[in-house]
Amino acid sequence: MDARRFDRLVIRTPEGFNFSMLLAGPITRFMAWLIDLVIVIGAVFLVMMISSYFSFVSGDLSGALSILAFFAIWFGYGIVLEWYCHGKTVGKRIFNLRVVDEHGLTLTFGQIAVRNLMRGVDCLPVLYLVGGTVCVLSRRSQRLGDIAAGTVVVRNVDTALPDLAKAAAGGDKFNSLAQYPHIEARLRQRISPLEARIALQALLRRDSLVPECRVELFTELADHFRAMADFPPEATDALSDEQYIRNVVDTLFRAQLRQ
Amino acid sequence: MIIDLERFIAGERACWDELESMTAAIEQSPGWSLDLKDAQRLHYLYERSAAALARINTFSSDPGVTRYLEALVARAYGIIHSLDRKRTRFSPLRWFFGTFPRTFRGHLGAFVLACAVTLGGMVFGGSISVIDRDSKEVLIPPIFSHTYERPSERVAREESVQYDRMEGHKNTFASMLMANNIRVSMIAVALGFTFGIGTITLLFYNGVILGVIVVDYISDGQGVFLTGWLLPHGSIEIPAILLAAQAGFLVASAMLGTGTRDCLKVRMRQAVPSVVTLIFGAAVLLVWAGIIESFFSQYHAPVLPYSLKITFGILQLVLLAMLLGVCGRRQDPAAEDR
Repeated sequence: MDARRFDRLVIRTPEGFNFSMLLAGPITRFMAWLIDLVIVIGAVFLVMMISSYFSFVSGDLSGALSILAFFAIWFGYGIVLEWYCHGKTVGKRIFNLRVVDEHGLTLTFGQIAVRNLMRGVDCLPVLYLVGGTVCVLSRRSQRLGDIAAGTVVVRNVDTALPDLAKAAAGGDKFNSLAQYPHIEARLRQRISPLEARIALQALLRRDSLVPECRVELFTELADHFRAMADFPPEATDALSDEQYIRNVVDTLFRAQLRQ
Repeated sequence: MIIDLERFIAGERACWDELESMTAAIEQSPGWSLDLKDAQRLHYLYERSAAALARINTFSSDPGVTRYLEALVARAYGIIHSLDRKRTRFSPLRWFFGTFPRTFRGHLGAFVLACAVTLGGMVFGGSISVIDRDSKEVLIPPIFSHTYERPSERVAREESVQYDRMEGHKNTFASMLMANNIRVSMIAVALGFTFGIGTITLLFYNGVILGVIVVDYISDGQGVFLTGWLLPHGSIEIPAILLAAQAGFLVASAMLGTGTRDCLKVRMRQAVPSVVTLIFGAAVLLVWAGIIESFFSQYHAPVLPYSLKITFGILQLVLLAMLLGVCGRRQDPAAEDR
């Protein structure tokens, strides 16, 4: 039996392609639950305070409202929010988590109801010990409720398209490497997608780096890429390491546009 | 080989934006429907975006674009491949009088098992009570300590009460009963995860308590009082708990997987709709039972004649049997269960 723990939920579609979603870990899920717990307790207190005003009319009615409100909030919070907010409670929203069907399909009400009703077992004996243990042991970080309902909790990553123009040298800037198309072609041939990804990501994230680390990183990258293609000294001598990498990325990702 | 990413994005962006807006519109409207033209367009955009994702994964290297496309394709995939899960407007009446009884009848074996376990517990509890009359306080938990006193003494006390004992806390008592019984039902369902052992234990113990009380009252000549006390709410409450146990046994059956080669996930997926229907149906019945127990069952003769209470209880039982046994037969199961 394969006991590997997965960090991604990979869906293989009938059309023959794959896509994946990042699975949320037990710690992140526990933090989200703590926030939800605080909200639920706050809501219960609020409702109890409001219902206490009814005690002037009828103490009996006030007591009944408190009990029913507590019960409805305790069990209904997760069901209602996950149903109407596409798998997100407030805690999950804060931690960018979302409940999804483990086959990538739309969540049904039954799935949401079962995973929330099963909290009764998952939270035993205290602080989700049963659910937490199962979650840690499960390859997809599923608690019992998730296994019963066929759901997983995934992490929503930033889904905005990256600004590539910002990263590359740009069409309006001179790329000294472009004067040697045959060497550029050799460079494109030798660089693997992984190496290209590292160079592109370094440029996209350069402003968030500590200056010393930024210099060190681009020095290492430039040394690596210089060793892969022998551009003449007049094309590279005047370039800083970071400019060299910008030109390399420009060469890799915008070659056709330039032509 | 690496594709020209920026030009690729510029060329495809319009399609991705269109797919994004279509999926967002569909997700926001629960009762959505697409005409043929829109459905074909959605499928085209989905396949084109999926192809773009495949190209990006093969030739390019930017994780940002990959993440964006994966999220987009995942949303579209979920919509297109969940057509049989289409969210329809929920009709409580159609559900309660159609889906719920049909689901009950579809898993009658689990209900019969729940009845058998409870009856077994009753027989066991009753037998123990006959053999050793002092066992009552051991078998019945302190929460039901009001049953510790001799039945004839209780009956004499209840029938001589000159004031409304429930005055001022009927609503609170009813809501406590509802909350507690629904919680017990949820536990009965969840204990199905223990391969049904937990559900069986819970049912058997409930049966033991019931058996001890029944034998205690009957042996003391208070059978009429007992029937008048238990039947009005028990005719709904006990079947509701049995329905919850039925749902628990469905979970247990999915866990055990006997008679099928499907994996656990598939078995659970198949059991989920029935489990949810049964537990919510039981919850509705328990709300009614809580009201009856608080506002009706606690009043005894001479305030309410036992004949009236027993007739009411029998009438409820007949109506419940009709609901579970007859309702929903004429409706189209395929359309109803969606």
